[in-house]
Amino acid sequence: MDTTDLLNYLVAGWLIMGGFFVLVGSLGLAKLPDFFTRLHAPTKATTLGIGSVLVASMLMTSVRDGGFSVYEVVISLFLFITAPVSAHMMAKAALHKRIAMLERTGNREMAPRISAQQTPHPEPEAEDKPA
Amino acid sequence: MTSADVLSYAILVTGLLVLVSLLLNVWRILLGPDITDRILALDTLYINSIALIILLGLYNGSALYFEGALLIAMLGFVSTAALSKYLLRGDIIE
Repeated sequence: MDTTDLLNYLVAGWLIMGGFFVLVGSLGLAKLPDFFTRLHAPTKATTLGIGSVLVASMLMTSVRDGGFSVYEVVISLFLFITAPVSAHMMAKAALHKRIAMLERTGNREMAPRISAQQTPHPEPEAEDKPA
Repeated sequence: MTSADVLSYAILVTGLLVLVSLLLNVWRILLGPDITDRILALDTLYINSIALIILLGLYNGSALYFEGALLIAMLGFVSTAALSKYLLRGDIIE
């Protein structure tokens, strides 16, 4: 077994692992009972799966073209930064819309208070201030 | 079976898994009881399509697909943020 064989088996392993986690994330999205549990699966499992696929692509491209391939690092960094932000915004919108949640959700009596909360404006409006 | 065969089978199997994931996401978009479920399914759909584009780049042995993946990542995040913001405030840019 030479290094090309080793590289091919390594890339194949990372690819299968990535496909498995992507499938787990989408299965969770399809099967879980309410929105707030459904939010967990794609934001964590799918991000891990796409990270594995990008690692496989990075190994392959780096060896094939020589040198270090930086595109995959950029894509995975971008996804790892934006996934929690978009999940937070969707959860905030769902609380605001008073989406139905499961009966056994912990601290569910706090949800109406959170959805009544207003997000503050970035700067107060100048006309309303007393002189 | 050489290692190159193993790699091409692995790429095909991963493409199949990603295809099933895309179908599940489309099912959730059609079914989704609320608008937030549809936004979440759309978010997952574009992330899975990035995986599919990367796989296509590996299969063809080309580095040209990465710009497309990066563009989809950026536009997908902006669209998710805009939709959530619209639901939250009734307006996107205040």
